Amino acid sequence: MSSLRRRLFAILVAATGIIWLCGILWIFVGAKAELEHVLDTRLQEAARMVDSLVAQNGPAFAAAASAAATPERYQRQLSCQIWSLDGRLLARSGSAPDVSLSDHAAGFSDRRIQGEYWRVYTIDNPAKGVRVLIGDRLGQRDQLAVDLVKGLSIPAILMLPLLGGLLWLSLGRGLRPLLAMAVELKAREADDMRPLQTQHAPAELLPLAAALNNLFAKVETARRHERDVTAFAAHELRTPLAGLKTHAQIAMAAGDPGVRQEALRHILLSVDRATRLVRQLLTLAKLESGLAAGQSERVCVGDLIEEIGAAAQPSGKDVAVRIDPALRDFTLTANRDSLAIALRNLHENALQHSPEGGAVVWNVTPDGRGIGVEDEGPGMPPEEISQATQRFFRGKRQTPTGCGLGLAIVEAVLREMGGRLVLENREGGQGLRAIAVLPPATSPCP
Amino acid sequence: MRILIIEDDQVLAAGLKVGLGLAGMTVDLVGSCAQAGEALATTAFDAVVLDLMLPDGSGLDVLRGMRQRKDRTPVLLLTALDEVADRVKGLDLGADDYCGKPFDLDELAARVRAIGRRGGGRAAPCLTAAGIALEPSTLSATLNGQPLALSRREFAVLALLMEHPGAIRSKGEIEDRLYGWGEEVESNAVEVHVHHLRAKLGREKIETVRGLGYRVQVAP
Repeated sequence: MSSLRRRLFAILVAATGIIWLCGILWIFVGAKAELEHVLDTRLQEAARMVDSLVAQNGPAFAAAASAAATPERYQRQLSCQIWSLDGRLLARSGSAPDVSLSDHAAGFSDRRIQGEYWRVYTIDNPAKGVRVLIGDRLGQRDQLAVDLVKGLSIPAILMLPLLGGLLWLSLGRGLRPLLAMAVELKAREADDMRPLQTQHAPAELLPLAAALNNLFAKVETARRHERDVTAFAAHELRTPLAGLKTHAQIAMAAGDPGVRQEALRHILLSVDRATRLVRQLLTLAKLESGLAAGQSERVCVGDLIEEIGAAAQPSGKDVAVRIDPALRDFTLTANRDSLAIALRNLHENALQHSPEGGAVVWNVTPDGRGIGVEDEGPGMPPEEISQATQRFFRGKRQTPTGCGLGLAIVEAVLREMGGRLVLENREGGQGLRAIAVLPPATSPCP
Repeated sequence: MRILIIEDDQVLAAGLKVGLGLAGMTVDLVGSCAQAGEALATTAFDAVVLDLMLPDGSGLDVLRGMRQRKDRTPVLLLTALDEVADRVKGLDLGADDYCGKPFDLDELAARVRAIGRRGGGRAAPCLTAAGIALEPSTLSATLNGQPLALSRREFAVLALLMEHPGAIRSKGEIEDRLYGWGEEVESNAVEVHVHHLRAKLGREKIETVRGLGYRVQVAP
């Protein structure tokens, strides 16, 4: 399991370690350069001192040489040799080798003698005929720098566990809002889609909380939609059954032949309605399972609408049906049966909502890509248009025969064909216009 | 009993009107929330049968509105949704009973009688006073133990008078109970029914309180 806390901890400890290491390296380099400078100055001063001792005391060279090797913490660090200018070793301090520390005439030089590196300062004293050499083992110098770094590193290393512990605890504390959120989510019921409280959430968690809330809202909407469909479906399926049963019971109980006749008539009506509902449901199921996708063929839309109009059940109302002549030249490649189902539903809807003496007009949309049907009915409340294609949805202006599946079927057919259904109220609130927008591929061929 | 049925499905509503009519109830029908509001505002009903899914809104809104107006008319919910949560919601909003679609007509009639009875503050299903006993579930009546043949309207008039024996019921009240909207009411219809009842029960059982109405004699 990857843990954010462990990950952050590792990153922080590694970063701190690297920074400490760099710091120590920097101090080491800087201190070493400074040390070189200081020690070089000391060499120079010691050489001058010996030189002046030689100048004052004459030939008491040994005393002068050992005076240079001052016993301090780094004992016998400095070594001193006094050579005559003609190459004899006149005196040397205890720690000095007997070979010449330097062959340079004067000033600083580095030299390797018996495996050791030396830093040497040379002063020539032509008046006395001697040369003073003061040397310093470089190894010892390095030791100094190393000791300095050790002094810094050991406390740092000892402090590391302490730092680690503090980091671990702080991370735990810092990540607490995340943990709190996880605990809250874990404790929820599966159907609890309330948004997470974000007013106390830290800025880093806000995007996550917002994304989660967004998801919750989407799931909730989908679930409500599902619930609505279930409720509509239950209503549409059970109400005709309730009517059927009620009338059957009346027919059985009524003594009056008139009442019984009326009940039987209602039973027939209910059976017709249930039949229609079942047919619509089966059509929809077929469309959704893709079983309806049969052979495509060339269909002349004008002829098809004419057939549908002729076969439509008389509504008992005087409604004129007009088919735009342009539709006669409007042919497309489609499954004829599916297209007929969609256009028939649109046609029946238009007829049902038409007032007495109204007209249903079929035409081609101005862009030539859709088939439109207009009625002169009451139209649709704007807020219902988006819901109208939902299964079992029946709006405020419902007709007694509908069951809320017609437009769902139309949309399913058109979606199958790659098109879509557009519903809009006609300008001036005079009726509804339904447009079957067809995909470019099936667009009319002349 | 006069009841209001709020149901948008015309076939079912027609069935309910006839079916509950056969059970001796006077039924008025409306098909939307708006019409329900008007009906409830203008007429006193003994019970309301309310469909939950109406074209212009939810029956629960009608129910909520009634209870907010302190309308105590008993309400039976008719709904296709029979999940426990839906039933609980309806009952908690102030409904008195619940019937899921499809229902049994006899059961629905019994439930409507029951909520009407409770709404009228009675517990006993039988109405008894002055030696008369009425059984609303079977529309049967007895006088001193002897069966009595009453027409549906006579039964309804007598039932109203016997709901609160001794209470005076005006002619208008009786007419409201007997006739739904749109039914032709003869101006002397109530007098005719009372006349027939007196002929069957004996004159002294129903007393005319001049200028006020009628009441059933409580004293033996």
